[in-house]
Amino acid sequence: MITAKTRQEISEANRRRYEELRAAGQEVTPKGLPEATALNGAPIAPNAVISREQVPAGWYATVRLRRGEALRIVDDSGRASVSLIGWREEDTSERINCADTVKVQWSAAISKGRVLLSDMGRVFLSLVEDTSGAHDLLIGGSTPASTRVAFGATMRNTHENFLAAAAKIGLGLRDIPPCVTFFAPVSLDANGRFLWAAGRKRPGDFVDLRAEMNLVLALSNCAHPLDPARPAAADSIAFIRYRAPPPERDDPCRTTSPEIIRAFEFTDRLYA
Amino acid sequence: MTGVAVPSSAPDISDAVYCHDIPAERPWSRILKRGQTLRIVDSEGQQAVDALLYCAGDPAERYSSQDTLRVQGSAYVELGTRLISNKGRVMAHVTADSCGRHDTSAGCCSCESNAVRFGETTKYQHACRENFILELSKHGLTKRDIVSNLNFFMNVPIDPSGAFTVVDGISAPGNYVDVTADMDVLFVISNCPQVNNPCNGFNPTPIRVMIWDPPET
Repeated sequence: MITAKTRQEISEANRRRYEELRAAGQEVTPKGLPEATALNGAPIAPNAVISREQVPAGWYATVRLRRGEALRIVDDSGRASVSLIGWREEDTSERINCADTVKVQWSAAISKGRVLLSDMGRVFLSLVEDTSGAHDLLIGGSTPASTRVAFGATMRNTHENFLAAAAKIGLGLRDIPPCVTFFAPVSLDANGRFLWAAGRKRPGDFVDLRAEMNLVLALSNCAHPLDPARPAAADSIAFIRYRAPPPERDDPCRTTSPEIIRAFEFTDRLYA
Repeated sequence: MTGVAVPSSAPDISDAVYCHDIPAERPWSRILKRGQTLRIVDSEGQQAVDALLYCAGDPAERYSSQDTLRVQGSAYVELGTRLISNKGRVMAHVTADSCGRHDTSAGCCSCESNAVRFGETTKYQHACRENFILELSKHGLTKRDIVSNLNFFMNVPIDPSGAFTVVDGISAPGNYVDVTADMDVLFVISNCPQVNNPCNGFNPTPIRVMIWDPPET
């Protein structure tokens, strides 16, 4: 029988644990994150490259990544944004989850050293390199409605790109979760209004995403709906799929916090 | 953050066509006809209410947190917020709010995310996603259909730096939010069982749901 006193003690213990995790997640973890990658940094060994693809403005790609492979996304023009969703190859009901990504890492801002989580408490992708650190997890990509508002006509957009990409692997509208958009410097003011920090976009920005599971990704190269430097799609994007070096024991993405260490433990069990 | 706001056309309690108390930790669902208003009452205060909406005629069309925030241009759900579907249509809107702060960025708790956040011993605690899975199964829907949800009465400030924190709720006992349907919607609720963060004051409690027909015209 749980008495009221016991219940009170459990509540107090849970609150203490929550406060400890919050302090660790918001005060300690950010100090330990790696510096952003230099624009001319992190060359990929030529023999590690598996494939390259240049995706025109407004278009999309479906990319399969095996665990341990990585995808470099390069915005040569500094004007593009790339929205991403994805699924675990063996069970596509497991998919990228922006809400858990933000909640577990105590931050809506992701940068080098952070991860993207699946809805099953596992690590989907790790940001092993990132020159930018300006990415959006809250607002999502462009849609038919957002392009009509911006241009008075329906333009190519991320929502329809995701539908097309999903259809080609047997998935549909039900399978499209909220997305992350790279090179999309969205922030908030003190009242919660969204802001666009154009100065945080640079030609040559890139991000390297290491797959922590076998994945199918859908990537859309359309301007973010908040980007005032329209048109709907700006310039082409390069995708370079390569074999990432195996993570060391002190891999920065695997060791940022107690939560992330656990998420990797649960992910590794899939492949143990 | 907005203050208390009650519309001049506040419905009379005695005119409600439906009233039900959802026990702590339990799910609920019901079709809301276009024009009907659902009131969710935080009966004892500081209770997060996770919610999903599906178009009753075609549940592949469902609530979209990202479309909702993009259209609104700001991060919190409040009086006047239009709840937008993944096809860009207005499913419902918030027509009264005596609390002033609701979230739609933090998603729902799950056994799996609890294990990541709070340690593996918390994996075997009831969670909102379990509720959603069970309630959605009554309507032929599955885990595939669970998207990022609304969290009524849940206080999740997002700092300009990006810091994202579930903090103590500001809803007092009896605070409520009214949602008026703009199309026939399946409205699904999980009365959140989370005991590991402050979203329920570490003590999940019952809530009340009431429904009104549209005023006679």
